[in-house]
Amino acid sequence: MNSIEVDHLTKKFGDFTAVNEISFQVKEGEIFGFLGANGAGKTTAIKMMSGLLQPTSGTAIVAGYDVVTQPKLIKRNIGYMSQRFSLYNDLTVFENMQLFGTIYKIPRKELKKRIMDSLAALDMTKQANLLVHSIPLGWKQKLAFATAILHKPKIVFLDEPTSGVDPIVRREFWNLIYETASTGVTILVTTHYMDEAEYCHRISIMADGNIRLLGTPEELKQQVGVNTINDVFVEYVKH
Amino acid sequence: MNALSVQKVSKVYNKTVQALQDITLEIREGELFGLVGPDGAGKSTLFNILTTLLLPDGGDIQILGMDLIDDYKAVRQVIGYLPGTFSLYPDLSVKENLDFFAVMYKSDIEANMDLIRPIWRQIEPFSKRKAGKLSGGMKQKLALCCALIHRPRILFLDEPTTGVDPVSRKEFWEILQTIRTQGITVLVSTPYMDEATLCDRIALIQNGKILGIDTPDAIMKQFRGSLYTFRSADIFSLLNAMKQCPLRCNYYPYGEHCHIAFYEDMEKAMPQFLQFLEEQHQEHGEIKAIQPSIEDCFIEIVKMNSHE
Repeated sequence: MNSIEVDHLTKKFGDFTAVNEISFQVKEGEIFGFLGANGAGKTTAIKMMSGLLQPTSGTAIVAGYDVVTQPKLIKRNIGYMSQRFSLYNDLTVFENMQLFGTIYKIPRKELKKRIMDSLAALDMTKQANLLVHSIPLGWKQKLAFATAILHKPKIVFLDEPTSGVDPIVRREFWNLIYETASTGVTILVTTHYMDEAEYCHRISIMADGNIRLLGTPEELKQQVGVNTINDVFVEYVKH
Repeated sequence: MNALSVQKVSKVYNKTVQALQDITLEIREGELFGLVGPDGAGKSTLFNILTTLLLPDGGDIQILGMDLIDDYKAVRQVIGYLPGTFSLYPDLSVKENLDFFAVMYKSDIEANMDLIRPIWRQIEPFSKRKAGKLSGGMKQKLALCCALIHRPRILFLDEPTTGVDPVSRKEFWEILQTIRTQGITVLVSTPYMDEATLCDRIALIQNGKILGIDTPDAIMKQFRGSLYTFRSADIFSLLNAMKQCPLRCNYYPYGEHCHIAFYEDMEKAMPQFLQFLEEQHQEHGEIKAIQPSIEDCFIEIVKMNSHE
């Protein structure tokens, strides 16, 4: 079954076409790498898929809902983590999760249990009452991810979740992504680290508002005749 | 001669956060020196100190023979700084920003055009556009022109390629190579391990401490483990299985491959490892010995430090 079905999705800002009739599907439980150059239109496309921005034309069905007519239902059924750290520094670890859980209307008792389970899984139970600004960046990123999936969304959008993070924490983060996907959650992730693109089941590469390439990492490397996704990227996104 | 000499520099924020701890490093004139480490390692704090914007708690810093603290006004004349966040005037045009920096440094744009021309040529078509309306890559190129217009002898670049796509990153490093041919010493920080190999020497930094300083080649030669790579049918299942592995090793995904650094006598260990994979029903491709990358070295050093 498909979690995301994008059909000729387009966004224009005046004369400028940010996203130009892109079409693709993402399967349930799939880790889909959404790659592209800076300014290629990735963020605009993600905003449309998450119900934050209305498309100029085309459609997208996300988690079974239409982005044009049911944006509110989409927001309830997806998780989102942005490249910029998205938690409140002056709240504790627990309070941050409580805040997001409450916004998603998770019943109070259930919420407490979910937070404690989630912190235990991250090995962060002892840090529950620490202010977020005092914990290391790697933990913050993992915490932001756990918070984004607290309401058990069917799909999670991750916008450059590992930007600037050290090589060890990047790998721990990808382990979390794998674990989450293995429970049937669909992951759409953007990254500028091309080694991470290799961890995705399938990837697409955007340039100038268009999807230039789409397939498994192996398929794309064969198609372009190179050995790494970095080379694929450089070949297809020359300026 | 050293362009920069940093001796035992420390910085503590709010009496509790040790941002830098006894940082000692020397950068030679004309060197392209990389400061490699993740967010929160202390890179920006060090840059703010070296560019006279922040006082260290202790230590001594000499820049081109001047004392950084006593002679800070003279130091400012000979350094250029590209901060980690976009710091130009978004409401001024591209050309107005360049004029502004030239005037502030009492510098003549025409006289220094030869230095910035290769970069300026790429943004000149947009010279009337407001700086805030430029794309990310163009903003960086303009910022670099502004940082170079007074012909500094040392250029500080704080994470110029973070969040930048691979093509733009490659272009930016090509520009850095041309700058250093002009005899300008460059100190650049990056969280991308692959960029480290483009530097003459690098310092690996984490948690406010320097883990090692050397040429990229020398750092790669210091790798202690025996490093192997192979493909796995299911890398997630493999990583889970590896938790049971009785051999002393570090294992981690590396793009489409798995890397394993063994700390064992490999003649005995390899048959044991193959047997282990078989017992765990792990399908795998050919297991090949390889040379480590800077990323492998960083992972090894960090893991060793955390065990000590």
